[in-house]
Amino acid sequence: MTQPLPMAGAPANLNLAGLAKNDYRGNPSTLCQGCGHNSISNQIVSAMYEMNIVPENVIKFSGIGCSSKSPTYFLNRSFGFNSLHGRMPSIATGSLFGDHTLKGLAVSGDGDTASIGMGQFKHVVRRNVNMVYIVENNGVYGLTKGQFSATAERGLSLKKQGANQYMPVDICMEALVSNATFVARSFAGNAKQVKELIKAAMSHNGIAVLDIISPCVTFNNHENAYHSYAWGKDHEEPLHDITYIAPRNEIILEEEMKEGEIREVSLHDGSVVILKNLDKHYNPTDRFEALRVLAEAQQNNWLATGLIYIETGKPSLTEIYNLVETPLNRLEEPDLRPAPNMIDKVNALMF
Amino acid sequence: MDKVINDFSIIVGTKNGSGSSTANNTILRAIFKMGIPVSGKNLFPSNIQGLPTWYTIRANKDGFIARREENEIVVAMNPDSFARDLASVAPGGAFFYADDIKQPITRADIAVYPMPVKQIVRGDQSIPSDFRDLVGNMVYVGILAQMIGIDLDKIQAALNFHFKGKQKPIDMNLNTVRAGAEWAKANLEKKDPFQLEPMDKTDGLIMADGNTAAAVGSIFGGVQFAAWYPITPASSLAESLNDYFPLLRKREDGKHTYAVLQAEDELAAIGMAIGAGWSGLRSMTSTSGPGLSLMTEFAGLAYYAEIPVVVWDVQRIGPSTGLPTRTSQADLTFVNSMGHGDTQSVILLPGSIDECFEFGWRAFDIAEQLQAPIFVLSDLDMGMNQWMSKPFQYPDAPMQRGKVLWDKDIEELKGNWGRYLDKDGDGIPYRTVPGNKHPMSSYFTRGTGHDENARYTEDSSVWLRNMDRLKKKYETARKYVPAPISYTKPGATIGVMGYGSTEAAILEAVHQLETEHGIKADFLRVRALPFTQEVTDFVEKYDQILVVEQNRDGQLKQLLTIEYPDQAANFKSVAFGDGMPASARWVREGILEKYAQPAEQR
Repeated sequence: MTQPLPMAGAPANLNLAGLAKNDYRGNPSTLCQGCGHNSISNQIVSAMYEMNIVPENVIKFSGIGCSSKSPTYFLNRSFGFNSLHGRMPSIATGSLFGDHTLKGLAVSGDGDTASIGMGQFKHVVRRNVNMVYIVENNGVYGLTKGQFSATAERGLSLKKQGANQYMPVDICMEALVSNATFVARSFAGNAKQVKELIKAAMSHNGIAVLDIISPCVTFNNHENAYHSYAWGKDHEEPLHDITYIAPRNEIILEEEMKEGEIREVSLHDGSVVILKNLDKHYNPTDRFEALRVLAEAQQNNWLATGLIYIETGKPSLTEIYNLVETPLNRLEEPDLRPAPNMIDKVNALMF
Repeated sequence: MDKVINDFSIIVGTKNGSGSSTANNTILRAIFKMGIPVSGKNLFPSNIQGLPTWYTIRANKDGFIARREENEIVVAMNPDSFARDLASVAPGGAFFYADDIKQPITRADIAVYPMPVKQIVRGDQSIPSDFRDLVGNMVYVGILAQMIGIDLDKIQAALNFHFKGKQKPIDMNLNTVRAGAEWAKANLEKKDPFQLEPMDKTDGLIMADGNTAAAVGSIFGGVQFAAWYPITPASSLAESLNDYFPLLRKREDGKHTYAVLQAEDELAAIGMAIGAGWSGLRSMTSTSGPGLSLMTEFAGLAYYAEIPVVVWDVQRIGPSTGLPTRTSQADLTFVNSMGHGDTQSVILLPGSIDECFEFGWRAFDIAEQLQAPIFVLSDLDMGMNQWMSKPFQYPDAPMQRGKVLWDKDIEELKGNWGRYLDKDGDGIPYRTVPGNKHPMSSYFTRGTGHDENARYTEDSSVWLRNMDRLKKKYETARKYVPAPISYTKPGATIGVMGYGSTEAAILEAVHQLETEHGIKADFLRVRALPFTQEVTDFVEKYDQILVVEQNRDGQLKQLLTIEYPDQAANFKSVAFGDGMPASARWVREGILEKYAQPAEQR
């Protein structure tokens, strides 16, 4: 789409797509006051605005749950599909064949992804569908009022449930072992990091899984709970500071930056993510290292945040299919229906 | 002994996985190429190798090609089913058996022909030892060819087709056929009356299976996206898409206008298909009963969110293990209201191979026009067996894409449109699809809980309004679905109704009722739900309507009773679902059992 660029003297609040921040907003949230999901929605709005993304180039997807309601609260101008519980990945997979130039932006929850939707989650990951897959992870079912999810830590107690007896599912680990090409984790309370990771994820070609610990203020916000604000703030262990640099702005990468302190990762659209490692040796392109860091964090009750793993250069799903340049949904009869003479050919191929 | 020409059935008993399907298809195709009406049914177990399996072929000069339960010629290649096969030969029939099976022959009322299969195969040194069992099946082809008169040239044509012109396997198999025929000529004396003679009754016809026809038809319908999960008996439908896309949608730039994706399960298969339909593609999935069960929640979503998608259900018996390779017509009531809440499905019911082709393309027009899931119910008998068929006909109308608004349309409307607004009064709203770049084009899709502008609401009155509109859309659907096919005759006193692959059996039974029992019946083959006006007219015409179908509960009869309560007492169910392709005998006997003689004749 050719949006006019802002003219000299245009209001300063328009971005390079000629849009104001309001153009990226959605309806007012109907989630609880203080819900971590709302701050993620806000960061999506900011990230898209700052990246000059045209909303019509994004399709929103979600499943069922509190998190899955949130696509109504951002990007009103984008098409959106609030699908079935745990089945968003298949809807997204099919939809993105309609127009392969569009980018998927999906929001799911821990129940939607790690319980009912675990199968579809792992398959959408291994197919490298070109979409950002955000899990707003609070370890609890909010919309049905407070049951454990599969990411709840062992020993957590909830009012009507007693203590959780089972080990939690680690969404980042599941994504990694399913050959995800982008895996990151953040904490809803860390707005800057959330935004930078969303930007990096949007620039990634293929699936970008973003597990965001997003405390439930109503049903799971005990001070000692893994998915609470208090716990998250005390136990967050960023792997690195992360800064997203837009394409065409690569001067930020100063030559004198020393190896080992900085890792830069080029994304498919020419943009770059810069990672400032806390651990000098952390390399997010090393799958073994990523798995080790996640296992270590689990053992030590850390919340390892940041870009955990990235692999660029792998084709996304629609690229594998060698599709015509025109989006499939713009094709008309001459491209779709074989010519009349082909019917004789087909009949001759039968016996 | 009077010859019986072109009117008998053959059954071959072999072990599953022994490679007999090439041999059996060769016989079927050769008879077809001789111009004799013929059918072939594979009666196979759910097994890769070892269990008994049968293939039955019927040749009939009058064109009756339904499966017969009696077989005049029995070929026994499997020691495990030998006794049963021997017992099954119709009196006066012929029994051919592999002579390495040493079991007693206890019948004197039939002609018996031993076949030295192993000896003949070993006699040909050019056959590699690991091919001997496979090629061994060609021995009975050759012996039958000699004994009942199958033309060797036609056998060669069939092999040529089967092996796609590859000379080596063609020669190897044909040599064995010839060796069998020569051995029979030298060693066997004809003691039975059954004989094939060339006719011209298959001129202009083709032979194909329903799954291939459905796939090719879908491609002529412009299908762009198919997601599926392997399941018998539907797998070959999706696989045929992969076979025919490269030829039929070939482009100079080598790029693809389609995608076929094998999903992780049927939940994902229909989810992907619905996603693609939502984003404006001609989209489909194909499955059978168990897969359909998994697809139910998504089917309901597509109904309520009003998303076009085509779902082929190649019916079989299920669930789980047991009879997954047996044919069935027992998904009709399930599909009719598939999904929770109030749902009404639009269903197409092809009854022949060329209709599988036709409904293949037509289903997309109907789906996009109605913005609804369209279910096409085929079955294992039609989907997997080879049938004679009229040639496929090129679609007689341009593609109907339904009410889609693109960028310029939204601009003309100045953004003034509503996704679920019934602007035309037919219950069908307008839609936009992703990729439309007009800022007023997008909407947020949900299952239920949306107003005319796709805004979220739980308002009861809006809900009721939406439900009424969906009902109206279902009424509109009656004008879009195919009308039934009727076979009428003067003086008919009863009606017979059926659908799908039972047509051949019903037509034959109706013929027998007239010639053997003096009962004249009109036959209506229903081709869609909702019922069209032609169905109503037929239903109102007779005091007795026998509804023939392959299930236990008489599902079509149930639906007719609901639709036509005033005629409810007139419907009589002739339902029988034993997993076997329909035979005229069960149709006839079922009708006679339920038929009540008019009062004046009693």
